[in-house]
Amino acid sequence: MAKRVLSFVVNGRLREEAVGDSTLLLDLLREQLGLTGTKRGCDGGECGACTVIVDGRPQLSCLTLAARCDGAHVETVEALAAGGRMSALQAAFHEKLGTQCGFCTPGMIMAAEALLRGNPAPDEATIREALGGNLCRCTGYVKIIEAVQAAAAAGGGR
Amino acid sequence: MERLPAFELKRPTSLAQAIEWLAATPEARAIAGGTDLVPNLRDGIGAPPVLVDLSRVPGFDAYEIRTAGARIGAGVTLARLASDAGVAAALPAVSAAAASIAGPGHRSVATVGGNLCVDTRCVYYNQSEWWRKSNGYCLKHLGDTCHVAPTGTRCHAAYQGDLAPALIACGASVELAGPRGTRTIALEDLYRDDGLAHLALEPGELVVAVAVPAQPRGAMSAYRKARARGAIDFPLAGVAVRLAVDDGRIAAIDVALTGTNSRPFRLAGTAAWVGRAVDDGLLAELGKAVQKQVSPMRTTVTQSNWRRQVASVEAQRLVRDLAKVAS
Ligand SMILES: Cc1cc2nc3c(=O)[nH]c(=O)nc-3n(C[C@H](O)[C@H](O)[C@H](O)COP(=O)(O)OP(=O)(O)OC[C@H]3O[C@@H](n4cnc5c(N)ncnc54)[C@H](O)[C@@H]3O)c2cc1C
Ligand code: SF4
Ligand code: FES
Ligand code: FES
Repeated sequence: MAKRVLSFVVNGRLREEAVGDSTLLLDLLREQLGLTGTKRGCDGGECGACTVIVDGRPQLSCLTLAARCDGAHVETVEALAAGGRMSALQAAFHEKLGTQCGFCTPGMIMAAEALLRGNPAPDEATIREALGGNLCRCTGYVKIIEAVQAAAAAGGGR
Repeated sequence: MERLPAFELKRPTSLAQAIEWLAATPEARAIAGGTDLVPNLRDGIGAPPVLVDLSRVPGFDAYEIRTAGARIGAGVTLARLASDAGVAAALPAVSAAAASIAGPGHRSVATVGGNLCVDTRCVYYNQSEWWRKSNGYCLKHLGDTCHVAPTGTRCHAAYQGDLAPALIACGASVELAGPRGTRTIALEDLYRDDGLAHLALEPGELVVAVAVPAQPRGAMSAYRKARARGAIDFPLAGVAVRLAVDDGRIAAIDVALTGTNSRPFRLAGTAAWVGRAVDDGLLAELGKAVQKQVSPMRTTVTQSNWRRQVASVEAQRLVRDLAKVAS
């Protein structure tokens, strides 16, 4: 397989990684970098569990060629907690019961994080729209929406 | 899904280089946002030795919207198109169609060119390799029979892109560039009613931009789609309408459809309605015309006759609602 050296920033740290041209960002993150917070759900663009933030935009890592992230800033759920403390958004998911089995949670949180950075006070319709690509089989979504609203009220994603 | 097949990723930094690389390897595929191509490749549909990445082609994401019309580069993302206030004001059907495509994580990278060139779809095709192998391959990939219409010789996979009908209704044309030079054609002529080969592109030819003319005075447009999953889904039937009403009479009417045939298409015969009022009689004729011209086959889990009726009702609702706003 054709390989290349990819130079990109992951969670604030500059990295150089040898990747195959047909390696997916999801596999690079989970298998090569050990960042298993990003989940493999449907593994085909349908569920949002693998959502990460690339250059400020929510992106599905299961559909993203790693080689195209050369020079990019990639953020995963591991980037959010600082000094052992959860971010406002993470804390809100915890407190509002926006997470049950937790499998969808990293993708939900990254999609919500991308939203709140651009729009710190979204209305409910906007939150639903931003999370429209993320499936959850446990919560029924209501608690997830409430968690994002609570995080926004508490001053955004941070 | 499976891992991607091995390929070489080429990252051209000029349009000429992209075309050259595509033309050099007949099996090579262009990749824009990859939100249609990657799932298909992961399902084992095709194994191109080379992917040509369009994301670094200069000017591909250029974008201009003026009163004299719009020119939208093939590399413009759907997120950008859907959030642009100028597009929402001048071309509301296009804006609504862009916002309705897939989810935010797709739209942030999915492009106008990729959406126009999205592959046709079918329940027997958009399945994993083992599913298709167990069921028996079909005409569209590796097999020799169509499971939807086994006695026929063609593939009926449906074109289910959302932007095309909205742009066709607004009179768009596409700029193409290939090994033999550049040409501009009406957007509806980019498509053929053949699920196997629905794009009238020559080998190595790319969509470079979409050009939309200034809209007729007083014209309004809108888009509606019926889908199984409300938050993210392809249209089972999608309709775009552009309507201009003058003094209670139709001054111009354009209707275009997606999801029901192997190509998006402009409804024929609408010119006959110019000068008429939008009343029950006209809406009945419109509904009949749509029912007659769509040809949904059993390519989705939803019944084809339902898709036919929904296409017709969506068209009637759009025309009625636009006429109401106009008066
Ligand atoms: C869960 C899910 C839901 C979806 N829902 C919808 C939906 O509701 N509506 C919809 O329309 N689509 C939908 N899609 C499909 C896809 O996301 C969109 O059609 C998207 O716009 C494709 O654009 P892209 O840039 O990602 O294309 P790519 O995947 O990069 O390319 C698609 C095809 O076009 C070709 N191509 C790309 N750019 C060019 C060009 N400039 N010139 C010539 N050929 C080109 C590629 O070679 C490929 O064959 C969905 C996909 C998923 C996974
Ligand atoms: S319409 Fe027939 S040939 Fe085409 S994809 Fe479906 S089963 Fe295959
Ligand atoms: S794992 Fe990527 S969308 Fe489901
Ligand atoms: S918490 Fe279990 S899938 Fe969402």
